[in-house]
Amino acid sequence: MEKEKIDLSRRRFLRYATGAFAAVGALFASIPFLASWLPSARARAAGAPVEVDLSRLEPGEMMTVEWRGRPVWLIRRTQEMIDQLAKPNVKLRDSESRVQQQPTYATNPHRSIKKEYLILVGICTHLGCSPTYMPAIGSLGSDWPGGFYCPCHGSTFDLAGRVYTGVPAPINLEVPPHHYVADYKVIIGENSKNA
Amino acid sequence: MPNSVGKQFLHWIDARFPLSKVWKEHFVEYYAPKNFNIWYFFGAFSIVVFANQIITGIWLAMYYTPSATGAFVSVEYIMRDVKYGWLLRYLHSTGASMFFIVVYLHMFRALMYGSYKKPRELLWLLGVAIYMALIAEAFLGYLLPWGQMSYWGAQVIISLFGSIPVVGHNIALWIRGDYNISGATLNRFYALHIVALPMLISLLVYLHIVALHKVGSNNPDGIEIKENKDEKGKPVDGVPFHPYYTVKDFFGIMVFLIIFLGIVFFLPTFGGYFLEHANFSEANPLKTPAYIAPLWYMTPFYAMLRAVPDKLLGVAIMQAGMVILFLLPWLDRSPVKSMRYRGIYSRIALTLFVISFFALMYLGLVPVTPIKTALAQLFTVIYFAFFLLMPFYTKYETTKPLPERLT
Repeated sequence: MEKEKIDLSRRRFLRYATGAFAAVGALFASIPFLASWLPSARARAAGAPVEVDLSRLEPGEMMTVEWRGRPVWLIRRTQEMIDQLAKPNVKLRDSESRVQQQPTYATNPHRSIKKEYLILVGICTHLGCSPTYMPAIGSLGSDWPGGFYCPCHGSTFDLAGRVYTGVPAPINLEVPPHHYVADYKVIIGENSKNA
Repeated sequence: MPNSVGKQFLHWIDARFPLSKVWKEHFVEYYAPKNFNIWYFFGAFSIVVFANQIITGIWLAMYYTPSATGAFVSVEYIMRDVKYGWLLRYLHSTGASMFFIVVYLHMFRALMYGSYKKPRELLWLLGVAIYMALIAEAFLGYLLPWGQMSYWGAQVIISLFGSIPVVGHNIALWIRGDYNISGATLNRFYALHIVALPMLISLLVYLHIVALHKVGSNNPDGIEIKENKDEKGKPVDGVPFHPYYTVKDFFGIMVFLIIFLGIVFFLPTFGGYFLEHANFSEANPLKTPAYIAPLWYMTPFYAMLRAVPDKLLGVAIMQAGMVILFLLPWLDRSPVKSMRYRGIYSRIALTLFVISFFALMYLGLVPVTPIKTALAQLFTVIYFAFFLLMPFYTKYETTKPLPERLT
């Protein structure tokens, strides 16, 4: 037999092959650990759409329902409020709702399906606090036209949930997917199936 | 011989485990500079607080219920019904704030005496890693009482991840495990808070001490005692850690415990700064408290976040405020370590840095007004200028000559 010679390239190949194999294995082994953090089937089921009856909401009033653990506001706007929204306002950062914070059927000045009813996720787009509904004109400084005010960091929104400039919130409040199943019955959490 | 049984036992151990060797190398023959002052207590104090957090934490876990329906009630159960439960909880909650007080003072000591400079860069990096892990640990732990501030504080911080472009919302969803913060979030935070992070912190503390004992402690003069040894190879300006510094630290720990327990017994909420008032009402996902602030030890960075009008940029600045600490050893070009021998620029810079840190801490605690936002922006700039201008002001200043021996 020949004198023993160490084949270094063979050793290197084995070392790299073992390392690569272990790395791939570790990657696959990490999947169940990482994926287990995603919402469970129960959490997903609890996030199902909710049906809301709007018939008892008076003009100017707001009601809050819970959808996916977040507050969803339903506001019946007065005619005055609606008229105000149509006027162009340079103080709004995204008055035409270019950022996709609403379904296409709510991409309009009043950001809703029906002009009268505004449906919003009541979570500030800055850091997730829940803003306060301040509909009265002048309730937040003399030039306040009515809208939403976030007590955490001072972001302000108009009565269509559009953000003002010069506040920390970057984009308009979110309009959740929703559709009407009757005149005063709305389903929050899904788009209309025939739309 | 009276000790023969004991000695035989020690021999038996030493043949199987390097007990005497470790004792010698790290205590009786580990030489530390002889001129340590009061600033050198805080490393020992942080070990004491860490032990306190571990022990009280284990006991709290015996009575606490990690669920959205049970958490708040179980904390009240601990406070009212469990024997000495109030003491265990106040030791743990006060310990969290005391941990940050001693760690901040420990870090300030390093800034003052240049303890992050060569050859202690890795020691500093490990220390900053411990600090980051502590921030994470404190944040995770703060959700557990399931009070209003627990809930909404976590809401604010997790939504920071939502500002990451494209994938942000899915990352936030993955962290929460639900469409909002829920029992799923609470349970995973609990697991991380009581198992994963304490293990990580223990490991990092061990590595921090290993690195310290490799390079040796710095000192108020910032000169290396290892460069001046006697014929036996012992540093002439060094004293054995045991008994000299064990006794000194022991005395310091007594004083520290008097202060610590004074707060625990007489001021456990510390006027709302150690335990926020809003946290005494249960979490309500549909109602944001009028004002949300994190605990005082995170507010300097929170003030930076709020100072920036752009969300993504604000998050980036806030993170940069912590990450920049890692770069410190390479930003400092001074030929001397200690502030004692540095020039006027370094002294002014450190003073301004400390002022800006406290100012940001205050500004992060109070509600925003336009003038306070402007101030927060100013102090954020000063905070970063301390680091980013360091390569220049440490290079172009006249330093004083270093002494041959410790003074």
